[in-house]
Amino acid sequence: MAYTKRIEGRGFDETRPIEAKVGVIKRADGSAMFKIGNTWAYAAVYGPRNLHPKFLQDPSRGVLRCNYNMMPFSSYNDRVRPGASRRSKEISMVTQKALLPVLNLDDFPNSVVDVFIELPLTEAGSRCAGICAASMALADAGLEMKDLVSAVSVGRVDDKILVDLDYSEEAYEDGPVADIPVAMMPNLGKITLLQMDGEVSREMIAEALEKARKVCGDIYEVQKAALKDKYPQMGNNE
Amino acid sequence: MYEELKNHVLGLLAKGTRLDGRKPLEYRQPIEVKKGYVPSADGSAYVRIGDTELIAGIKLNVDKPYPDTPDEGGIVIGAELYPLSSPEFETGPPSIQAVELARVVDRGIRESKAVDFRKMCITPNEKAWFIVLDICTMNDGGNLFDAAALAAIAALQDCTFPAYDGIRIDYKTRTREKLPVRKAPLSVTVLKAGNQYVVDPTYEEEKVYDARLSVAVEEDGTLCALQKGGDEALSDEDILAMIDIAAGKTEELRKLL
Repeated sequence: MAYTKRIEGRGFDETRPIEAKVGVIKRADGSAMFKIGNTWAYAAVYGPRNLHPKFLQDPSRGVLRCNYNMMPFSSYNDRVRPGASRRSKEISMVTQKALLPVLNLDDFPNSVVDVFIELPLTEAGSRCAGICAASMALADAGLEMKDLVSAVSVGRVDDKILVDLDYSEEAYEDGPVADIPVAMMPNLGKITLLQMDGEVSREMIAEALEKARKVCGDIYEVQKAALKDKYPQMGNNE
Repeated sequence: MYEELKNHVLGLLAKGTRLDGRKPLEYRQPIEVKKGYVPSADGSAYVRIGDTELIAGIKLNVDKPYPDTPDEGGIVIGAELYPLSSPEFETGPPSIQAVELARVVDRGIRESKAVDFRKMCITPNEKAWFIVLDICTMNDGGNLFDAAALAAIAALQDCTFPAYDGIRIDYKTRTREKLPVRKAPLSVTVLKAGNQYVVDPTYEEEKVYDARLSVAVEEDGTLCALQKGGDEALSDEDILAMIDIAAGKTEELRKLL
């Protein structure tokens, strides 16, 4: 049976409802919240600040550190044990790589910019939601940025390419499934995170990237609106 | 280390006021409790006191009862002081502050017998329901103790059992059966700075106090847990005065449950 209809009547190119807000964590230097359906990401930025232990310091530029973490009760399945897992370590690493290209940390030698991403609720697409929140939080922290980073998971379910897979689609069993998280810099047009698990053809990847580009453009507008909401006096220059 | 801040705080207290303009025995506003905040949890609550925000969430599971209580379920409480919520928190295993916070909240709930663990037994010696309650900080504006205790009891009151067929728990299917929660212990922490008592400290005030006393109180005024903290000693008079303040304040907080 072919995959012809998504639950809740969502279109194949349609994301779950998105909500974004900047400045949600008072003690942080920058912060943001990004919700997509039942996936909630909060990001806080601290720094640039001193980096310890010292051997981690880079005398030529600042260092970006990212930490992705699911809250213990955030999953619709079993409790998630607190502390880093192999999965969360890898996601932290690819998140750092997804964000680094938009930053210029040359003015902050020996310092660190810390990004902490916490997820109170997760139902698919959590690394992408975390990246969206983190890029807004970096902007909120006042760091120099070449672009924002917008991210969405696209994928293949049976013979269809669709955007923002939910949990039931990731677990679809009547045909092949591929999950393809993508992060990009919407203005510069380049991709900073790409992962895929599942089986697809080269043509399907091309189609998936095209869809990701369109949706990231829409997400970028939501992120920008959330930033302008906090900084209304900043005018309209991009 | 914070001598100037301390002198400033004490100077203000002598005039009956504080850094944010509050009176010594006044809580920050707003105080909010939102039960059922996280849909994936079996029970949850978001609590905000002023700028302090945290979430308590519960996952239930089925396990073998402890040998000394073969016909009872149980509870485990953890606290996660996320580095997202304060520049002073770090990643890694729970710090001593996180352990103390979790244990003080745990004691208030355990010692008041707020949950009837007998009613959580499925088969004696074999199977019982266990509560795993995690307290996760979102923003540390100070006084995590009182916010955590409030969130913990609110999450317990919100909690319902997931479906269970004797082998597997189906967390996606909720029953209407509530946890057997029969009491609502709440905790108020009173600080002593100089010769003044203060409730609901901000994170700055927490750096300069001499001693603190966390007091967990049941609905009828019975005390169910105490924890003294801070580097200075307290007299009997101090302790009784701080208990009286805490007992009065828990009445105010209880209205939010």
